[in-house]
Amino acid sequence: MALTLPAPRRSRGRRYGGPVQGWLYAAPTAIFVACLFVVPLVLVLQMSASDWPLLGGNHGLNLPTNFTAAVAHRLFWDSVRFTLLYTVLTTVILIGLGLGLALLVQESTRWKGFLRTAFLIPSALGLASASLLFYVLYSPIAGPFAGLMKSWGITFLGTPEGALWSTIFLIVWRYAGFYMLLMLVGLQGIPDDVYEAARIDGSSTWQTFKHITVPLLRPTFALTTIMCVTGSLLAFEQFYILTKGGPDNSTMTVVQLIYNVAFQGQNSLGIAGALSVIVLLALIVVNVFQLRMFRNTDES
Amino acid sequence: MPIPHRRTAIRAAAAVIAAGLLAGGLAACSTSGNGSASAASIPAAGTDDGSKLTLWTRAPLEKQAKLLVAEYNKTHKNQVELTVVPNDDYVAKVGAAAGSGGLPDLFAADIVYVPNWVKQGLFTDISKQVDGLSYKDQINKGHLKAGTLDGKEHVLPFVLDLSMLFWNKELFKEAGLDPEKAPSTLAEFAADAKKVQALNKPDTYGTATGLNCGGCLVFTWFPSIWASGDQVMNSAGTESQLNGKNAQEVYKIWADLQKSGTILPSSTDEAGPTWTAAFSEGKVGTMLFPATLLSSLSFDAGVAGIPGVDGGASTFVGGDGIGVSKDSKKAAQAWNFLNWMMSEDAQVGVLAKDNDAVSRADLANNQYAAKDPRLVTINQVAAKGETPLSLNFQQAFNAPGSPWLTLVRNQVLKGTDSVEADNKQITSVLGQ
Repeated sequence: MALTLPAPRRSRGRRYGGPVQGWLYAAPTAIFVACLFVVPLVLVLQMSASDWPLLGGNHGLNLPTNFTAAVAHRLFWDSVRFTLLYTVLTTVILIGLGLGLALLVQESTRWKGFLRTAFLIPSALGLASASLLFYVLYSPIAGPFAGLMKSWGITFLGTPEGALWSTIFLIVWRYAGFYMLLMLVGLQGIPDDVYEAARIDGSSTWQTFKHITVPLLRPTFALTTIMCVTGSLLAFEQFYILTKGGPDNSTMTVVQLIYNVAFQGQNSLGIAGALSVIVLLALIVVNVFQLRMFRNTDES
Repeated sequence: MPIPHRRTAIRAAAAVIAAGLLAGGLAACSTSGNGSASAASIPAAGTDDGSKLTLWTRAPLEKQAKLLVAEYNKTHKNQVELTVVPNDDYVAKVGAAAGSGGLPDLFAADIVYVPNWVKQGLFTDISKQVDGLSYKDQINKGHLKAGTLDGKEHVLPFVLDLSMLFWNKELFKEAGLDPEKAPSTLAEFAADAKKVQALNKPDTYGTATGLNCGGCLVFTWFPSIWASGDQVMNSAGTESQLNGKNAQEVYKIWADLQKSGTILPSSTDEAGPTWTAAFSEGKVGTMLFPATLLSSLSFDAGVAGIPGVDGGASTFVGGDGIGVSKDSKKAAQAWNFLNWMMSEDAQVGVLAKDNDAVSRADLANNQYAAKDPRLVTINQVAAKGETPLSLNFQQAFNAPGSPWLTLVRNQVLKGTDSVEADNKQITSVLGQ
């Protein structure tokens, strides 16, 4: 691919200059986008429209069988409901906590460096590694809280609520520092003279926060909300490692369902592809809606 | 000026992308065809010419696979390179390799998946070679049948794994039970477990199982149903019969064990990786346990067939079958390994020596079994055991969150009255 595209153009390039050179500059990116984004996307679309068992290969088109099978899957609506619940909870907690931590490390001068580092360090750990770490921490056999869990008669991952909140705790631990950093950048982008003007007008701390900080942080809120919502809707590793969707399928996210349909039993790439397409469409809708919302309030 | 150029460039880019897609599509198509036609020309004993062979297996059978491969490499010119894959990743890895035509020469498969994988054309037809074996009718029937499609054999038994009733003789003695007497019914098994539990020893429990592990439950609970004279599925494997009277009795006994706190607490959420650990450490009185782990126990354990509700004994003839992959270009060399694997040298000299069950009935009474009566028990029960066959077995039973798990957890943990509805769910998955 890399060779066929630029070759005929070089001779013409000398004659015409400008635009061809531009295309040449864009070619590496274009090739990357084509190979890593367009081709897989088209492949998923083809899969979603084909009878394609994991072990048997492509058996040709069967539209729209995969989509009806995907929606009719016994765990489809449960997984959608759980994914939405999880998304709402993590987004509210992470953005609230991120903002709180950012205000904290911005205000406190003495412990600033220490606090920033402490909050940020978990972000250096991969999500899968962090999940494994918590898997051991939560383990009723090998974990350090095994004795405590036994004497209290509880398990972290044994009940649906326990598994949900244990996973949310992991995600908050892993991502709070990252969202703090984003909020901090937003906070530091607010010019000091606005605050000074507010102070001169006799505004209280709460008033300053409500009428200055929050409105001026809107672009940051837009960014963090979109990142957090998209990330949570696509949640996989943490649940795959910690709960495998259990107990009793209570923590099955949509992406996990895709994985299970493809590799853990049904082994149908077609239905998994159909689910992926549905998730993709849902994500586009959600993101368009979010961008609209933030833009509209900006203009008003 | 620049506009036409941009158009041609876009067209060129589109053409390149289209060509790439087409090539990808063609590659995908070409791999779905069924593999080597050379199987027919393989000599009876295969070829031993110093080729390199690749073999994949899953982690639970690592020990046996390593022993077999080491012995084969020592005594043959061909060299087998073994790859052990974690249990949960095995299907995904084989699936990806099958799609891209990259399967190893030989690969093992959980016997319950074999019917599906054979139907998908992952294994080469080796019926001519298998028919040529003088001891063909002595090979474990369940495994052979699982790999047979339209009368053609594709798979031979690699390692047999049987589920048996194990008990810790020391704990039985402490609990005032006869350490030499096996429980003869499932109710007796439960009563013995409760007695061990009543010792109130710290960290010691009556029994253990994997209540969030479909594979473990299939492996250890189906035999109780078979021993009671019932079936778990119809013979075609399309209809679940797990709502039968005896099956419900089995759930009831386990629910009672759970309620009375006789089952190891971590069994409730046990998804498989550590389900055998507590018994192996000597902290569990009695357990339905895989026979392949007998040789790894450091304490004195008794072994018997898994009893039914009113007695009898049965076992789940599990483990892995092995065959030559569709992608292998060295079918003759791969057959050499399989041919040796079924020989007395491998079955007795490697597997029986390691206290494993042999997959040929005529070798059941070998010199090693004679030394350990427990092996004779295992080999005898193996003849009464069954291997359930269904194309959608993985999805219905083994997969995380399978309808079978829902049924068991509803019965044992929640005590809901939902056997019929849950059983229907299993049937609807089996019949897909």
